[in-house]
Amino acid sequence: MSLVEISNLSKTYQMGEVTISALKEVSLEIEEGTFVSVIGPSGSGKSTLMNLIGVLDQPTSGTIKVAGQEVSHLNGKERANFRGDHLGFVFQNFNLIPVLTVYENVEYPLIMVKNENASQQRDHINGLLDAVGVLDQRSKMPHQISGGQMQRVAVARALVTRPKLVIADEPTANLDHDTAHKIINLMKEMKDKWNTTFIFSTHDPKIIGEAEIIYTLEDGMLKNREDRRLK
Amino acid sequence: MIRIARIAYRNLLRYSRRTMLTSTLIIIGIVAVLLFIAIAGSFKQLMVGQITDSMLGHLQVHRKGYVASIDNSPLNLNLKTRQVIKLKEILKDYDKITAYSTRLKFGGMLSNFTETSNIRLNGINPEMELQTVPLLSQRVKGKEETEGAPSLDQGQIWIPETLAKGMKLKIGMQVVLVATNQDGSVNGVPLVVSGIVGAMTGPGGRDGYLNIKDAYQLLRIKGEEVNEITIRLTSLSVMKPVFSSLKTQLSGFKNEKGKTIFESHTWEKLTPFSNIAKIIDLLTLFVKIILIAIVLVSIMNVMLMAVYERIREIGTIAAIGTSPRKIWSLFLMEGLFLGIFGAVVGSLISLGIIQVLNWKTIAMSFGRQNTLILEPSIATSEVLVTALIVIGISALASLQPAVKASKLEPVDALRHF
Repeated sequence: MSLVEISNLSKTYQMGEVTISALKEVSLEIEEGTFVSVIGPSGSGKSTLMNLIGVLDQPTSGTIKVAGQEVSHLNGKERANFRGDHLGFVFQNFNLIPVLTVYENVEYPLIMVKNENASQQRDHINGLLDAVGVLDQRSKMPHQISGGQMQRVAVARALVTRPKLVIADEPTANLDHDTAHKIINLMKEMKDKWNTTFIFSTHDPKIIGEAEIIYTLEDGMLKNREDRRLK
Repeated sequence: MIRIARIAYRNLLRYSRRTMLTSTLIIIGIVAVLLFIAIAGSFKQLMVGQITDSMLGHLQVHRKGYVASIDNSPLNLNLKTRQVIKLKEILKDYDKITAYSTRLKFGGMLSNFTETSNIRLNGINPEMELQTVPLLSQRVKGKEETEGAPSLDQGQIWIPETLAKGMKLKIGMQVVLVATNQDGSVNGVPLVVSGIVGAMTGPGGRDGYLNIKDAYQLLRIKGEEVNEITIRLTSLSVMKPVFSSLKTQLSGFKNEKGKTIFESHTWEKLTPFSNIAKIIDLLTLFVKIILIAIVLVSIMNVMLMAVYERIREIGTIAAIGTSPRKIWSLFLMEGLFLGIFGAVVGSLISLGIIQVLNWKTIAMSFGRQNTLILEPSIATSEVLVTALIVIGISALASLQPAVKASKLEPVDALRHF
């Protein structure tokens, strides 16, 4: 079953008098519970595609369905609600909220986005922190932990609302090789544990191999789809 | 909402130096405003108290047209005996009127047998007068340092301080008072100086006093003729309703030509100090406007800086799915907290300083008065209103930055470096 269905998706940006085509007529489908990587050189349109799948941006043309819902024409508030209900995000720079502790950062989407009762979710949050290996850091502030630990917290935060899809734009770009591998493996473990679909973009060839399906972009166009599950 | 408040509070602590600087600015503004209100207000209150309690009373009733020509002290506009009796009956019915005094004001010539000077005088019943304007007793000095006013029996006169100095008059000395009566004939009476009246700013502040019976004798008036009735009320706060009621009642008395006989005035209409009081009120308003500007500019500046510095953070929470309304609330609350903190601390510091100022005596001079003691005080309502203004303006100043933050597109905000 397809979780993401993209058809003839294009995105252009206006930079003064110059029109830049970031994405050209891209069509693809992503199945539920898969571990997908989007690769390509800088400027190939990876981030644009990730932003469109993540319902952070709107396409210039084409359609995009996420979790069975057409999202290309949603307004700002509807997109915010949709992201809160269906998606999780892991960012390149971790983007933890600096004034909240590790625990509170993971708790944040439940309380501030899903409006759930924090005390009822305590076990779930602690379980996630334990699963990503930072339970002992739960009371620390983000500046008191390492980059790798911050990204683990970010993964826990992305998963806390039990989303169907987690978007990770270059999640290992600011990590050393070992830590990057650990984070990718962690994401894979989480995928297996929660059956969550992960889509991550990268240009690090060493971690590409961890993906089940690899989409290659070049100059805004989809050049290749490789399904490694068959190998 | 508690979570938003907690994040807002922590964000303020995160930029502690900026928070302290902005709060300090607000605190200084509030302290300046509240101290100004307290000191200017106490000066106003003191002066109004002095004027009403030692000269003018709260209300005055005259014959129609008298106030317009009050500088001439005309005797042809006196209230006749039957009118005075009628007025006394009316005044008795007002439970908010605690006392009244009938006065016969006139001008005359005072001689110490070597030199002569003109003088304005009030013929009074001393008992009624001191009940109506009790602070008069503090202005009059008799022969000995005794409490209360010296006597003003028949044959005695209280001389204004300035005249006493100029004519080298002392307590116990004899003078002759000469005046022209309504018919134009001149008469004189010998009197003994029993008191020296301290000068005061405002109308009647340099008048002398004599017993009204001597005034009648001097002016050859038979019956109870006066030209001014001064009224004391239970408090200044009841002045407006009592005045309004009295004015309406008095407007019903008309002469044969159908014109009103009496006119009534509040103290405000009889002294130029009421304009000073209005200027003080206006200055207070301007000082409040300056405070509003300080709070508006400082909070708006600090909140705009906060938005620009935290664009990526806003992008992150928006991407996660935080609604624009919650982002708006977060920034609004930060500004509001700054305002609340400044308002509370500023108010407490102001109240502390006012206490200290009350422990230490603040003496000042105004006009011819050199020993005015200020007792700064401020009404709780004034403190609350000022604090609420600051908090309200803080919220207002945070609105634009909060709207800006809530309208940021997450995809643009996340790209920001």
